[in-house]
Parts: sequence; C-alpha cells; structure tokens
Amino acid sequence: MSTYHYSRRYLREKALPTPFCPGCGNGIVINAFLKAVSELGYTDLKDFVFVSGIGCGAWIISPHFNADTIHVTHGRAIPVATGVKLMRPDLNVVVISGDGDLINIGGNHLIHAARRNIGLKVILVNNMTFGMTGGQASAGTLHGLKTTTTPYGNIEHPFDISQLMIAAGASYVARWTTYHMLPLANSIKRALTTDGFAFVEVISQCPTALGRRINLSDGIKMLTWFKEISVPISKAKKMSKSELANKIIVGEFVKQEREPFERQYLNIITKAKKVITS
Amino acid sequence: MPLKFTQDGFLAPGIYFEQGDFACAEGAISAGLRFFAGYPITPASEIAEWLAYRLPMRGGVFIQMEDEIASVASLIGASWAGAKVMTATSGPGFSLMQENIGLGYMTETPMVIVDVQRAGPSTGQATKPAQGDIMQMRWGTHGDYASIVVAPNSVQEMFDLTIYAFNLAEEYRMPVIIAADEIVGHLRERLEIPPHDEIKIVNRKKPKSFDEPIFGCESDCCVPPMPAVGEGFNVLVTGSTHNEYGYRKTTDEEVHRKLVQRLINKVEKNKKKIIAYDYNWPEHASVGVISFGSISRSAYTAAKIAKDEFNKNVAHLRLKTIWPFPDELVVEMAELVDYIFVPELNLGKLVREVKKAVEGRAKVLSISRLSGIVTPQDILSNLKRVW
Repeated sequence: MSTYHYSRRYLREKALPTPFCPGCGNGIVINAFLKAVSELGYTDLKDFVFVSGIGCGAWIISPHFNADTIHVTHGRAIPVATGVKLMRPDLNVVVISGDGDLINIGGNHLIHAARRNIGLKVILVNNMTFGMTGGQASAGTLHGLKTTTTPYGNIEHPFDISQLMIAAGASYVARWTTYHMLPLANSIKRALTTDGFAFVEVISQCPTALGRRINLSDGIKMLTWFKEISVPISKAKKMSKSELANKIIVGEFVKQEREPFERQYLNIITKAKKVITS
Repeated sequence: MPLKFTQDGFLAPGIYFEQGDFACAEGAISAGLRFFAGYPITPASEIAEWLAYRLPMRGGVFIQMEDEIASVASLIGASWAGAKVMTATSGPGFSLMQENIGLGYMTETPMVIVDVQRAGPSTGQATKPAQGDIMQMRWGTHGDYASIVVAPNSVQEMFDLTIYAFNLAEEYRMPVIIAADEIVGHLRERLEIPPHDEIKIVNRKKPKSFDEPIFGCESDCCVPPMPAVGEGFNVLVTGSTHNEYGYRKTTDEEVHRKLVQRLINKVEKNKKKIIAYDYNWPEHASVGVISFGSISRSAYTAAKIAKDEFNKNVAHLRLKTIWPFPDELVVEMAELVDYIFVPELNLGKLVREVKKAVEGRAKVLSISRLSGIVTPQDILSNLKRVW
C-alpha cells in the first residue's frame, strides 16, 4: 500500500479528482486536515460531520470527504453546524469554509458561536478573495491589493479575524499559512481535541483569481510571498504596529478551556426535569 | 386549570384557558419537537419563551440565535441530526428566513416555521394583526417549488394544526409554514389537550440500506427516505442541484428538471391528502364566502347572522390549509353560487388566487382591510349588497 496516500481512505473516490485550479491552496488544507485526523488515530470519518457554506473553500469537504457533509447557503455553515452539534454533541462537528463565507456574509454567526463557546471546530480558509465569483475583495483582503472590485487598490483593512475570535471567547485560536503545512496540521489536531469553540485560520493562495492580479501568478510565488510576510507570534510581540503592517502573524494564539454551551445545556435539562417531579 | 405535566414531560390532558402562542408551543412538543431556535419578535416571542422553559423538560434543546437567518439555518442542521425542529417569527424575521427556507425545500429537510403575522411591510405595526404574508409563504424564496401552509383560526387549532404541520413536514420531507397572526397568537380561550397516546404522530421514513438514494427514486413524486448524520450513511447534502445520491450537478439541465419537478409533484400529486378545510354549503345559497385564519371567525358569525336574522343561506368554505391552493373546492363553490366574497386582512391577496380558480364561473369580490379586523358586520354589509 506504499503508493496509496494516507489521505485517500478519508476521501470519496467517486468525487476525485477535485475541481480546484492548479496551484490552489485547498489541496494543502485537505492534506493538513486529514494528516491531523490520521495522527489522532481515526481510521475513517464516521465520528465527524462537516458543514460548509458557499465558495471554493466550501467545496473542500463537499463532496470530497467520505463523511456526513452538509453544504449550505452562503454564510450559514456555522448556524447549521450549531443545530447539528446541539442534537449530536457526541460527534465532531467541523466547519471548513472560506473568508467570504465565514467572515464577510457569515461574520455575525462566527462571533456568536465563539461567544457561546459551542463545541464547533472551524477551519477558515482565508485566501483573501472571492475566488469562485472571480476575485473580488473580501474582508480578508490586505490593504492596497488590487482585486476585481478594488481596481485602484483596496482602501479597506482586513479583519484580524483570529484576534476577533479571541475577543469573542473562543477556546482555541491559531493561524498559519499554507506554507506552514506541518504546524498547521498540529494546530488542527489541537483544535479537534479542544472542548468548546476552536478556530484555525489558514491563509491560503488563490493564484487564479487574486495572484495573477498582484504579480503572483502561480502557487509557488504565492507560497513564497506567505513565507516572506509571515511573522511568528513570539517575534511579533517585539515588533511595532507599523513594522507589522500587512504582515501575517502566525502561531497558536490562545488555548483556554471554558465549559462549552452543549455541556452546560445538560444542566438545563436536569433543572427542567426537576420541575416535572416537583 | 393550573398547568400540570405528565411524567414524560407532556402537558397533562385536560381543559385549559390559554394563549394561541402557548398552544402552538405545546402542539409542537406533542408532535415530538426536539429542537427550537428563535429570535425575539412581537407577536411570536411567547412561543420561544414558553419553549425555553418547556423543551428541556422533554430533553430537547432551545437556543436563542443571533438572528432569524441563523435560527432557520440551525433547523436544517438539527433536522439532519434526526430531530423534529421548529422556529417562530413574524413578518420582518420571516423575510430574513426566506433563503434558508429555500435550502429546506432543496435539501428536503422537515422543519416547521411559524409566522405570527403582523402589519407590514417593514417594521409596520408590531402589535397589530395582518394576513399580509400569505403570498410570501407561497413564493418567498427564489426559484420553483411547492409549499405547504396551514392557517389556524383558534387557540385549539394553534395546537391541532401545529401537530398537523409537523406530520406534513415529516411525511413530505419539507418545510411547512404555519400562517398564524397576532389575533390567534395572543387570543386566550379554551384549549383541550387530549391524552398523548390519542394524538396522531408521523415520523420520517428511514432508508432501509446504506446505498438507497435519499434524494430521489424512480417515481416522479416520491418522498425519499431520510437518514440522519452520525448513522454511517455518509450523507451528501447540498443546496445546489444534485442527483438522487446528493452529488452536485450544477450544469446538467435534466438533473435540475427532474429534481425541481419532483419537489413540486410530491405536494401537487398528494394535494387531496394535504388539503384541510371546513365547509358549510346549504341549499339555495346564491352567495359564498371563502375565508382563512382568524378572519374566518368573522365569516362564521356573518353566515350565522345571515341565516338567523335574514333567513339567507351563505355557503362558507374555510381553508385550514391555504397552500397548496384547493382549486377544485373553489370551483365546486363557484358552480353553486353567483358571488364569492373573500374577506382577508390585507389589500387582496387570496382573492386573486380564488379568481384564478373560478375563471369567471362566479363573481369574486374582495372584502379587505389593512388594519384592525374584518368584522362580521363588514362581511354582512357586503353580502347584503348582492343577495
């Protein structure tokens, strides 16, 4: 079985090959996620439910993961996953979706899920653009970048979404780029073993819709760019705000255990059942 | 009667004096509700408040979501996790829900949405009743599909028709909408709770094997079986056009046609089983009334006064389900009478549907009010013009 890649047992063979563009970062995210799953000892994905919204990032799980996969409306993966998790707290409910989906249209759901500390595991594939619709600016697009809706350069600043997740109360937050495949897989492992809301942001490359408009027209060039602009959290702590402008801070930001929503709800049920007997 | 609960968390059988919103919540629990998600809005908030207290008694989950979009979206997840699910809202929230109600039709997800209607558009008048959302209940989300809408006219029906809505959602694997309004939502009157084992409960069909298709079959009107996540089926659910196994087919016209046609057929071809109504067609009636929801109470009274005080027979058809629309019944009435009046608390919505069905067989006239209520006198004064 030496020629059989470890990830294939988790994939729907019938759905392969993926439809992603040459150089797309989605393959690296799939690889990192399945490596994490494999190293955690799962031989299949029957204990997982995956939910995604709309966009290229949302197609990572659907139809490719050989598991229960629910592909929903734009921005609404988090509330759909919330419904699954509350009814089946025993399952690993994972959302993998893009920046347009999770932080533009779905941003409100994301911060509320973190605030509630519901036990979802969210992998944000942030390629800084709306890839599927042709490369428009997103809430992840860096200041100054040219996209199809910012032809003179982006005058908005991106969300520091990982910091926002920390402020909202997430139990685990980490950020890497697709250049950092191994630390990314390790962070996914930690996210999957965290009780409560866990969030991993992956800065990913879209050479087709974004890269070619910013002189980074293939995957390698974009990965090299990520390498150059990434700063580990330990080093970033010693740098000034201006030095960190348009840099990507990477690392594990927080791991703070709080009682997840679904476990607290069990106490509610106990209290309510006492009303019947009293 | 003070509230009492059975050991397994149902409201004890008996006679109560309660509010429509309360009856709706209890009807849902009796039907097997396990998950409710909602967002506060007048005049539907009491449903959420009561379920926050009641649902955990049955081991179910209540969650107050960040908005109505999240509320209805979470129903999709919970329903695919095997639960019977519901949300309740009013006009503004119902507008926000439309896209994900469409996801419910497309993914064939059983769910119940209560719209306790208030005066709109926009914020309108939060505490005033209306029947202005009935076309949105039919056509609110984009694309082609069929919908099922029930319209309770009393506190008792807020209980009974909520159970019926759940049964239809499970039977036909789709969203079902309850067209309540501020009147039946806030009204307090007699509510009889039957013993739980006397209530008819329908549960969704489960697949018999792992390879059975769950989004279609040979028949063009079938309701496929529905597994839940976490049962080993590896369900492939998508709001995109998909084949009978769930695989996305975003450019195949035949797959799209087959899927959408079946979503419509499963309602249209089962219309006779779905449609519920109440009617009184006395002999020698030259005038008819078609009513629904709270305003039907005025229509019943008007027909009674016409008989008792004026010795005039009025044919009355009251729709307990407004969608699918009962064209055949309306045609039957049109062949009996010369005039059909349609009282409704909007500027004339159902009346156009009646006209469409009648096709000139009788004169169809609207009795419409935009605020307050349509009174029995409003209806009578119109009837008097033609009898």
